[in-house]
Amino acid sequence: MLGAAVVIFLALLLGLAADLVYQAAPAFAHFGFAFVTGTQWNPVTTSYGALPFIVGTLETTAIAMMIAIPIGLGTALSLAYLLPKRLRLVLGTAVELLAAVPSVIYGLWGLLVVAPWSRTIIEPVIGFIFGHSGPASGPEIGIGLLLAGIILAVMVLPTMVAISRDVLMAVPSEQIEGALALGATRWQTLWRVVVPHARTGILGAVTLSIGRAFGETMAVAMIIGNTPSLAHSLFSPAATMASIIANQFTEAVEPFELQSLIAIAVLLLVMSLLVNVAARLLVRSVGRTHVSAA
Amino acid sequence: MVDQPEVASATLDALPPAAASSEPEPESILMLRKVSVSFSGKLAVRDVTFDVPEKRVTALIGPSGSGKTTLLRALNRLHDTVSSARVTGSVLLNGTDIYGGALHPTLLRSRVGMVFQRPNPFPAMSIYDNVVSGLRFNGVRKKSLLDEAAESALIAAALWESVRNRMTARAGVLSGGEQQRLCIARSLAVEPEVLLMDEPTSALDPQATRRIEELIDELSDRVTMVIVTHNMQQASRVSHRCAFMLMGDDRAGELIEVGPTDQIFGSPTDQRTSDYVQGRFG
Amino acid sequence: MVLCVICVALALIPLVGVVGYTIVRGAPVWSADFFTHAPTPEGIPGGGILNSIVGSLIIDGMAAAASIPLALAIGLYVSQSHSKIAAGIRFAADVMAGIPSIVVGIFAYGIIVNTMHHFSAIAGAFGIAVIMVPILVRASDGAFRTVPGDLGEAALALGAKRASIARRVLIPTAASGLFTAILLAVARGAGESAPLLFTAIGSQYFTASPMQPMAAMPLTIYLNGIQAYPTLQRIAWGTGLLLLLFILILSVAGRTASARLGRRA
Repeated sequence: MLGAAVVIFLALLLGLAADLVYQAAPAFAHFGFAFVTGTQWNPVTTSYGALPFIVGTLETTAIAMMIAIPIGLGTALSLAYLLPKRLRLVLGTAVELLAAVPSVIYGLWGLLVVAPWSRTIIEPVIGFIFGHSGPASGPEIGIGLLLAGIILAVMVLPTMVAISRDVLMAVPSEQIEGALALGATRWQTLWRVVVPHARTGILGAVTLSIGRAFGETMAVAMIIGNTPSLAHSLFSPAATMASIIANQFTEAVEPFELQSLIAIAVLLLVMSLLVNVAARLLVRSVGRTHVSAA
Repeated sequence: MVDQPEVASATLDALPPAAASSEPEPESILMLRKVSVSFSGKLAVRDVTFDVPEKRVTALIGPSGSGKTTLLRALNRLHDTVSSARVTGSVLLNGTDIYGGALHPTLLRSRVGMVFQRPNPFPAMSIYDNVVSGLRFNGVRKKSLLDEAAESALIAAALWESVRNRMTARAGVLSGGEQQRLCIARSLAVEPEVLLMDEPTSALDPQATRRIEELIDELSDRVTMVIVTHNMQQASRVSHRCAFMLMGDDRAGELIEVGPTDQIFGSPTDQRTSDYVQGRFG
Repeated sequence: MVLCVICVALALIPLVGVVGYTIVRGAPVWSADFFTHAPTPEGIPGGGILNSIVGSLIIDGMAAAASIPLALAIGLYVSQSHSKIAAGIRFAADVMAGIPSIVVGIFAYGIIVNTMHHFSAIAGAFGIAVIMVPILVRASDGAFRTVPGDLGEAALALGAKRASIARRVLIPTAASGLFTAILLAVARGAGESAPLLFTAIGSQYFTASPMQPMAAMPLTIYLNGIQAYPTLQRIAWGTGLLLLLFILILSVAGRTASARLGRRA
């Protein structure tokens, strides 16, 4: 019986990949490699290129990581070592519970609450700092690349904090005492000994967050502005691979449109798998570094 | 039960010839006065009073559970990291109470170094970075100073010859004994006045143990050492003075007797000391 | 230290903001009618989200019924086997948990919707089940592994068969951990919208037939939230608050169960 369950599980996994590739095959066959490099997405002329969405996914993820990594690491350090014990427990549980908040609620909040702030405060301030040029040019409409990145950062924080806190707490106390006994201050101990010791695990937490940001669908679809072209500014509306699928799938009636969307899903699947495998290997190897270092 | 610290000081006072015969009694660098340590209100070490002479090796001996390590960790305020721990009494380092507030724990720990039971080099750092880590923690940046300190600390720890050509290798490539000597070098580089050693050879093989013991002997004329050991032979080989601790009826560790090593092992004044050291020697 | 307080504040403020705004905007929407009526047609006031609540319960119920036995069986197998296969499945479950939910939605579309030639609740349930399986596998594997090995060995020594060891020893001993696993997985499944977008697809009408398109709370939030009309946005907030409460209660209950067991899920 258990064997049967395992077979069903593997069939599910392989079936998922096979089904997607099968559904997307006509698009890949028709467009070839140009599908990955093409910048046009136009059902009227039957030209489909995934590059704007690949770039949009990478850009929103990059923005999210720039915000989430420093804040997440600082929070994880606080929760692992710096705050009073009781506060650590309360805030740690709060952060873990917040990981359960559904994506669609982040989207709702982002669209109806944060987007107006983004238009009236965040974007004008950033525009002012960068002289309304380059990445900070163009109309400030609230929704777009920047807002998607900000909301993604908020969404990946619980994951990043929870995992990095755990790997930070797994640093052997001998290491911490060793540094303290040399006259290191608490900050020096944390930055030069604890964080470097936990670096593989932290990298794993970051990678896992990247995987999550890649695939995040609903919230991004609600706030990024759904424009199938390369963004030229932080304030531009754009689209990610996941958001374009969510927004256009049910309306895809032109030739090759649906197959092309599924082809994007195949690319997204590959990217997510690569990132997740890397993340799992990193987080898992934490245990081993402890052994080999001893 | 007799008030043990009283007995201990009495022993100290009544201790004329052994040390006096060879050379003048050195100054006391550390003075413990009624030091007690408790965890969550439960007493682990009670009212320990004795002096640690400068540039001598003092061994803390006694069966496990007698509070040796707990007492040792009170000497560089390492219990500060455990929120349930309370230390009372006073520990005077050159006359300054380390718990008095005048000496910041960070500065204290650069003056009172520590070597731990299990070698704990920082795995993310190279051998060189490990040796100079304490100096860097204390704000030293100048490359020439760091190089100089690293070399002399490694020479002092008898590790220079074997690592001089692989200073950038990770500390993890060293053997257990070498790692422990690296940790000693790391502590020496800060030029501490006192070096605390918590069973520094318990994780090492006999060969590596012997080399660490030789090292302790070589270092004894430049730094004061307090070493916790459960190994009687080791205590008798490396130490000048011994403090014998025992677990009391309420499971709190107490000082039974302190004196020159040959006296503790040869003619202890307390019957329990005699039972312990002889029992151990079989 | 100051820097850390800033970091913690920066991390918590938006997170608290999400929950806070959902409560503040959602609570005024709640009324008896909101929970007991299906939506009214466009432009007619009143109406509620009864169809979404029932739809979520049906879809998530079906997903749980399908995924729990399967995933627990896999978890049991993986926890008791030291083979390379078991390690491989554990790894596969980890990786599977990282597959974007929108991709799972397309899978459900391809397998069920394409076969049935129409959208249905059961296709949505399939998608949610695929999301839940890897979570359940890993969590139940963890729960089974907390059972001390000597319990199973003691039973073996008494002449018990493997199946009865599982039934009499492993499952009862791991029960509290399994309960946690199930609650957390259901909480996760209940919040997913992407796998429902092109499967259950949503509905304005009350239906209990798994073969028909069906409303679900996450879909209702999405479809109403992106509209420019305040009345529809209000429905999104009200539904959001209910969904959030449902999920947080499941998560807290799950954590409490595992805390009682004295270990972390």
